[in-house]
Amino acid sequence: METTLFYIFAALTLLFGFLCVANPFSRNPVTSAMFLVLTMISISGLFILLQAFFLAAVQILVYAGAVMVLFLFVIMLLDLKEAEHTHVRKVALVTGLVSVMGLGVMLVLSIAGSGIVEAPAKRAIGDTKLLGQLLFSKYLLPFEIVSVLLLVAMIGVILLSRKEAK
Amino acid sequence: MDWINNLIAGLSAGQQLALFSLLKILAAIFLVLLPIVAYTVLVERKVSAFIQDRVGPNRTAPPFIKYLPVIGPLLQRLGIFQPLADGLKLFLKEDFSPSHVRTIYFWLAPVLAMVPALLTIAVIPFGSKLGAEKMVIADLNVGILYTFGIVSLSVYGIVLAGYAANSKYPFLGGIRSSAQMISYEIAMGLSVIPVFMMVGDLNLGAVIDYQAKHGWFILYAPVSFAMFLVAAFAETNRLPFDMPESESELVAGYNTEYSSMKFGLFFMGEYAAMVAVSGMMVTLFFGGWTLPFWGLDQPATSLLLSAAHIGVFLGKTLGLLLLFIWVRWMLPRFRYDQLMDLGWKRFIPLGLANIVVTALVLLLLNRN
Repeated sequence: METTLFYIFAALTLLFGFLCVANPFSRNPVTSAMFLVLTMISISGLFILLQAFFLAAVQILVYAGAVMVLFLFVIMLLDLKEAEHTHVRKVALVTGLVSVMGLGVMLVLSIAGSGIVEAPAKRAIGDTKLLGQLLFSKYLLPFEIVSVLLLVAMIGVILLSRKEAK
Repeated sequence: MDWINNLIAGLSAGQQLALFSLLKILAAIFLVLLPIVAYTVLVERKVSAFIQDRVGPNRTAPPFIKYLPVIGPLLQRLGIFQPLADGLKLFLKEDFSPSHVRTIYFWLAPVLAMVPALLTIAVIPFGSKLGAEKMVIADLNVGILYTFGIVSLSVYGIVLAGYAANSKYPFLGGIRSSAQMISYEIAMGLSVIPVFMMVGDLNLGAVIDYQAKHGWFILYAPVSFAMFLVAAFAETNRLPFDMPESESELVAGYNTEYSSMKFGLFFMGEYAAMVAVSGMMVTLFFGGWTLPFWGLDQPATSLLLSAAHIGVFLGKTLGLLLLFIWVRWMLPRFRYDQLMDLGWKRFIPLGLANIVVTALVLLLLNRN
């Protein structure tokens, strides 16, 4: 049962992800955004199968519910027309390939490095209390670094969007 | 009753769960939610009539009902049959799609407007127990996060309706709605954190147990309740925050191009969302299905008691619905920038302060 569901959700995630970036039927940005929403929802299905209910709920709350709504908001505000097949610049191609390869290497290394862990980790990601305690003890430093990073991004946005002071 | 018991005993645990869940879903939607939605519309019309010194719907009745002595004319004057006529009218109207709409989204949007409200109902405990069954459809250990996740999806119905209609006013309505819902989601999320800090559990059943022991949260967390209430008005697009459809500026906002049952789904979706958010408020701040007297705060032991619990829950929910309706006809609409200012510059700092103060108080109380 769980294995079947895993394959269903994994296939859906990949399918929706593919339709988001390379939809052969439509080059409409809103359609892409909606497929990204569906991708997020399928990913949260995978989290539920891992019994990580907290992550599943947060995945929908933050990504599907907030981030993607802002995406839609911007797409609609800018009134983007259907994207045409544009000429791919060399710089974009090179940087794109390099970052994809970098991410791929990171992914493979971290999966290979961690090994397959069973039960105890499973319990920890499902339990909100344990998750909070781990974040504020074992993983305090990375947690705080991420917070500072977010703060810097927020201040950066405010600075960029601020009207010129006379 | 015997053959039912035998039938149930013959099923495996998984089958029983599926059967009872299905029964609860069907009962909650078709016996409770949809009738409440229909009659909330009637109450809305009657209350608005009362406030504006009119009579309200008092003519609709099936033929011959007026020949019933006393009861017939009374029901007719109360407008009891009006929702039936309204529903029939919505179904029979021409389902017209303007030629300039984006067809797929035009069909998808009304569905997405209705579904989130139905999904939210799933985690709200609407009673204690009926026999051995807990009266909640899905007893999740992250109940409140699930609710917020689903509520955050409810914006898509409106935004896509605005986009699908492909014309000016719906588009403006959709854009307004996306900004408004995002802003007030944050305020809403921040407002309930103190409640869960006190309970120490994200499960909604645990919240009710805590309130049965210690008293309702409206007494402990009035600031949270006030913020949640205002945010709920914004999230359900009700006056004084009905910017996405404000008739005087945007014709009818996001649903301008809709007719017949597609419009009906938006309409029902709004009321279903009101019912869901009222149920949430009852659960979080008014003790859910409990009452502090007559021993109604313990899980039910008899059929009568469990019925009483469900009745208590529904009664409280209806009270809050009445508040929603009352406010709609008493307050004028906010301006859009006022709405945004209130959300970002007042509620978010207030919510954060509320969390810090609650944390300090809890810390001091636990130290002693």
